Amino acid sequence: MIIRIGLGSCGIAAGGLEVWDAIQKVLDEQAMDIQMKKTGCAGMCHYEPLMDVLHDGRQYSYVNLNPAAAAEIVSSLGEGHLPENKYLLSIKDIDKDIDSDLFSGQVRIALRNCGRIDPEAIEDYIDSGGYQSLRRVLLDMTAAECLEEIKTSGLRGRGGAGFPTWFKWKATRDAIDDIKYVVCNADEGDPGAFMDRSLLEGDPHSIIEGLAIAGYAIGAGQGIIYVRAEYPLAVKRLELAIEQARQKSYLGNNIFGSDFSFDLQIKKGAGAFVCGEETALLASLQGERGMPHLKPPFPSEHGYWGHPTSINNVETLANIPWIIQNGGQAFAAVGSDQSKGTKVFALAGKIKYGGLVEVPMGMPLRDIIYDLGGGIRGDGAFKAVQLGGPSGGCIPASLLDTPVDYESITSTGAIMGSGGMVVMDESSCMVDLARFFLDFTQKESCGKCVQCRLGTKRMLEILERICAGQGRKGDIERLESIALHVKESSLCGLGQSAPNPVLTTLKYFRDEYEAHIYEQTCPAHQCKALIHYTIDPEKCKGCGLCARACPVECISGERKKPFVIDQSRCTRCGTCVDICPDKWNAVQVD
Amino acid sequence: MSDYAKIISPYKDLPGGIIEAYHALQNKYNYIPEDAIAVAADMFDISLSQAYGVATFYSYFKIGPRGRYVIRICESAPCHVAGADDVIAALEKELGISMGETTEDGKFTLEFAECVGQCQGTPVITINSQPYVNVEPEKVGEILAACK
Repeated sequence: MIIRIGLGSCGIAAGGLEVWDAIQKVLDEQAMDIQMKKTGCAGMCHYEPLMDVLHDGRQYSYVNLNPAAAAEIVSSLGEGHLPENKYLLSIKDIDKDIDSDLFSGQVRIALRNCGRIDPEAIEDYIDSGGYQSLRRVLLDMTAAECLEEIKTSGLRGRGGAGFPTWFKWKATRDAIDDIKYVVCNADEGDPGAFMDRSLLEGDPHSIIEGLAIAGYAIGAGQGIIYVRAEYPLAVKRLELAIEQARQKSYLGNNIFGSDFSFDLQIKKGAGAFVCGEETALLASLQGERGMPHLKPPFPSEHGYWGHPTSINNVETLANIPWIIQNGGQAFAAVGSDQSKGTKVFALAGKIKYGGLVEVPMGMPLRDIIYDLGGGIRGDGAFKAVQLGGPSGGCIPASLLDTPVDYESITSTGAIMGSGGMVVMDESSCMVDLARFFLDFTQKESCGKCVQCRLGTKRMLEILERICAGQGRKGDIERLESIALHVKESSLCGLGQSAPNPVLTTLKYFRDEYEAHIYEQTCPAHQCKALIHYTIDPEKCKGCGLCARACPVECISGERKKPFVIDQSRCTRCGTCVDICPDKWNAVQVD
Repeated sequence: MSDYAKIISPYKDLPGGIIEAYHALQNKYNYIPEDAIAVAADMFDISLSQAYGVATFYSYFKIGPRGRYVIRICESAPCHVAGADDVIAALEKELGISMGETTEDGKFTLEFAECVGQCQGTPVITINSQPYVNVEPEKVGEILAACK
């Protein structure tokens, strides 16, 4: 019998460590001989803290645990009894239906080990076939054959741009230099995306193995992982994994007795979204301000300290060992015509089951949001999904049948990006959302290009004005005009894509902008300057609850008579709406 | 050798080591002391403006004193749509300071952060880099009380 507890940083934040301690205590007290194993995140973040009990070929998943409940379940395990209580989510046959059933509709390639193996134990990774792909390429394949396999797989960069991975590797391989580098871009910064964190925390060895294979294919002896400082657990587990891999000689000189030598180092980022851009990342690695520069020269020719460098995203690298193990054909058999394989998406926002899902490319958005994500949290109706973070766009309900592949998503005006999906219901104001994303890119703009530095600022000012009820005739056209300039004349991807949230919300929700500007209303009742709270005298019972709760004391009246809100002093905090008993519902918002 | 120089010197000969040196300084003091930037400029043989430029470019680095507990509130879209504004209001009220300020006793600092990648449980705050998820305004008092 084995007990597994999800201890990614999401599991820990949900109380996983307390559950772990409670179980440990029971095992000690009752001297039970049960192995406990910590795993990374299985992607089912909404069920955390969660525990899998593996017994007799079956996996019992207990979810949303607390320490007391976990202790109770574990204390009955001694008699071989697995309680079927309210915490039990599912019972699965381990060999048969874990992948196909528990994560219905999902295909787990990048996340294959997350939630299953102990990320701090290299033996676990080896037992699940780890480092065999590296062994295979080093002993049985030439670098050209390795490249060919990746080409056959059709793998494209998972960081956002979707550039064919083999092409990047080949360009770096073909560049003439004795020193070459391979860099893992783990500077995940898209708001709403957390798949890279989960991979680094849950399966760090797959990234190390992917990097070593990349190093062999392009002829690089040194790899660097550029990881966010905001991910302390990922950094810790990477450091440990690198140390273990060195001890087992999977990193170091003459790996597997071959001529190939390779080692890795970690460099921590320091919170700059633009450093996800390749050339900015390189500047940061070199201890400079993370500002991008003009391409060409591409990093594949002139990268880290001037040497040819291939920069690949975390999820891209996690796929590599699987492709070598199962063959490029097997990977290409999954997914759609132009977009092969799977993609991990992070479901966040007003979604019922927030977490990570890995699906074949080409699955319709609707299936991801409704079948895997459980639909909208609460009673609201789906309004839009923001895909691709601040560089992406909002996709409305009418386009929910769009398949998720690079081309289809781009045709909507959004981008695949790193796979963050922020789901919104009708309580979200699209103008406010666009303002929010632009506020982000405006702050994160490095300031090098005038169009990006000033353009995002001017656009933000216009959006702030519109949300504050001071929108002017011509604002929409001004936004469109500046957006075009920023898109076309910025140097790097940040500026080129910064206007996307504005342009897509203008494309699909133009009426909301017009309502803000011309009718002085916010249809979603989000923009405070454009909403008014009034008390319906017909419904008000005169209890005075709202008057007592109002933080600025702007509600007055006599008991048992209708109360009145002084509009000039109301701060639109919404306290009165919340406190008015549901059965009366006397406070109106319009 | 000054304390600052002692912290910086292990990174002196690393290529691009100044960012690592700043991380080390911040680990020690919870912020980068302004005087330490001049020491770093000297040790890495770059101009003071360059050293200052690097320190101010990155949002994770903060120059000047901060509280013992640095509370960072995610202000990115997923947290925003989940009600981060209410959490901010609750924190400001509970601590009696505004965003960007430090309490008089030097215990707490309130700051904005960009997405910290815990979007499965929005709104999110971090206290000295440890994430707290699904934070509700009513839970703020309890979370702060645990910071001893």
